[in-house]
Amino acid sequence: MSEPSHDVFFGHQHITVIEPQGRLFDLKLRELWAYRDLVLLLVRRDFVAQYKQTILGPAWHFLQPLLTTLMFTIVFGKIAQIPTDGLPPFLFYFAGVVIWTYFANVLTDTSATFVRNANVFGKVYFPRLAVPVATLIAKLIAFVIQFAFLLALTLWFGVRGAEVSPNAWVLMTPLLLLLMAAFGLGLGVIVSALTTRYRDLAILVAFGVQLYMYASPVIYPLSTLPEHWQFWASLNPVAPIVEAFRYAYLGAGMASFGMLTYSGVVILVVLLLGVALFNRVERTFMDTV
Amino acid sequence: MTRTVISVERLSKRYRLGVIGGATLREDLNHWWARVRGRHDLLGPIGVPDHGNRQGGEIWALRDVSFEVQEGEILGVIGRNGAGKSTLLKILSRITAPTSGRAVIRGRVGSLLEVGTGFHPELTGRENIYLNGTILGMTKAEVDRKLEEIVEFAEMAPFIDTPVKRYSSGMTVRLAFAVAAHLEPEILIVDEVLAVGDASFQKKCLGKMEAVAAHGRTVLFVSHNMQSVQSLCTRCVLLNRGQPEVEGAVESVVDAYLRGAESTEKPIWADPVGLGDNEVRLHRVHVLADGSDGKASVFFSNKPIRIDLEVSIQRPNPAFCIGFDLMTSRGETVFRTFNTDVPPHQYTPLSKGRTILSCVVPTGLLNAGRYFVAPRVALHGRSWILTADPLISFSVSLAHGQSAFWNLLNEANWPGVIAPILEWKAVPLGNDSR
Repeated sequence: MSEPSHDVFFGHQHITVIEPQGRLFDLKLRELWAYRDLVLLLVRRDFVAQYKQTILGPAWHFLQPLLTTLMFTIVFGKIAQIPTDGLPPFLFYFAGVVIWTYFANVLTDTSATFVRNANVFGKVYFPRLAVPVATLIAKLIAFVIQFAFLLALTLWFGVRGAEVSPNAWVLMTPLLLLLMAAFGLGLGVIVSALTTRYRDLAILVAFGVQLYMYASPVIYPLSTLPEHWQFWASLNPVAPIVEAFRYAYLGAGMASFGMLTYSGVVILVVLLLGVALFNRVERTFMDTV
Repeated sequence: MTRTVISVERLSKRYRLGVIGGATLREDLNHWWARVRGRHDLLGPIGVPDHGNRQGGEIWALRDVSFEVQEGEILGVIGRNGAGKSTLLKILSRITAPTSGRAVIRGRVGSLLEVGTGFHPELTGRENIYLNGTILGMTKAEVDRKLEEIVEFAEMAPFIDTPVKRYSSGMTVRLAFAVAAHLEPEILIVDEVLAVGDASFQKKCLGKMEAVAAHGRTVLFVSHNMQSVQSLCTRCVLLNRGQPEVEGAVESVVDAYLRGAESTEKPIWADPVGLGDNEVRLHRVHVLADGSDGKASVFFSNKPIRIDLEVSIQRPNPAFCIGFDLMTSRGETVFRTFNTDVPPHQYTPLSKGRTILSCVVPTGLLNAGRYFVAPRVALHGRSWILTADPLISFSVSLAHGQSAFWNLLNEANWPGVIAPILEWKAVPLGNDSR
């Protein structure tokens, strides 16, 4: 009766039950997997559409962090003279900016999921999580470009005799990145779920991310903080990640498995909460947008 | 053997009026505070809906809707604006969740509430086929297989690698339709998307839908267009104020829909507020036998039938076209008429205030049967002001034939929407058999 299905999820036995409330922690990952082709096409769309009709195109991927780093070097390094763990300031800031930018981009973009896609969401069903997940991957491409630039910079500084010493922590990079992605996604979907009702949050996100950067050890090392502040500063789940990332490639910073485990737990909780909230909102948000 | 593929059980959807749209945190806190202090709880249980589907600050767009669809059926869902058709469609397509009740769908669902969802102007036609196809639930491998067919169906082969922003709107619609038409779900849920696009292309799409159903797939079709409902559907449900009113054979449900005009028997419709916009409103439609006091329940085709439209005009505009479509019970339009069909100097003068515009359907035109009046008001060349559903209906008895053979005629044995008497001539060719 039906043609042989190429996909277990889309098989003939597939049953859709439509009910007022779904299960709270049903993450629907199986369904998301069934729509993996859509995720990849959304990644492609984001990437292609972003730089259409720009002169510099993908060059923006490293111009942005480069200019930011340059500004930080002048303001915080030369003028404010904040110590950088004995590392060349430019390299120190660039490493922080690269990992931070990934997190910030994921958070900012995913937080607009519902509002920006209202017209599509109002016309057809697909797992809404496909959109933020696609954002996650699209931003990863930008990260890789910037990351390659970081490696080149590190090499260049190293050859010229700066005290940089990449070490075995480098192997932790995928985990660090995963944590950043998960946290950006978790916070992003929480905000996106709440913005369907409270538009105030959309405004908050833009400068909230800016403020959050100053609360994280991006432009200063944790070690320069006074003893009693260090405790509070490392409660921020982003802090151990940024420190560990910098330690891995540059050899200075406070990398600790204990703190990373703590980060991991907080981030997991935020992500689960976020996805649960997101799944709840996706069921009725069309009535309020 | 038939199998139930869609079963809908007591499905309800409530919208709260006034909370639709962007709220701010402060407003919500105020609402919450009001409830805490013991004021009327907007979320509380609701009594029996005695007066329609509106109640306090909320509206039941759907109320206890239950029905089943068997495999291979094409079920039509019809109803007036606000009857709950779109809400039903949105729930079954999983765009929004119901307030109570449940629906179970067995099989792969494809829903088509719009064509071209997710089209991105910067991407090429080919890229958009992939994007749109996967949004609608196809896998990339499926799109790969059908790509050629889609491109051919859309008649777009030379432009397929051009960004969609360079397409004309007609081309974009064609491409979007082509993708939609190649969805192969077991259950297809379709809105009146077929209303756009040019006529020949529409026909192509309708044909494609029929082919889908012929393969044992199931279609749920929501429409205003009685003609396409009648030509496509195998069964029909009529929704009225969020509840199913009639369900069954297409002919009888469509008839019930058309009879559902405000007055079913009396040939008059009156609404103090009226329909239309601020410039012109329609308050009353009245059918009467011309020359009498009009209190007829059946009209005879040998007497002129007058149709009065009572309108109030705020700002007279020479571009106003006021008139109606006369329709049959099968939803076909017999004719359209406007007060501006005549040469400009003969247009009925329109002045500010209330006016009755009347027109007379000539004798010897209509066949026996029930006719429906659907008022139409337009600003010529600019916009439609009123395109109402049929508001009133009236029955006509065949009486204009002078022929001895016409005595026993009625709509059942004299075919045709109209029954004009034409002049016949015989031209003798001579008696010679040569």
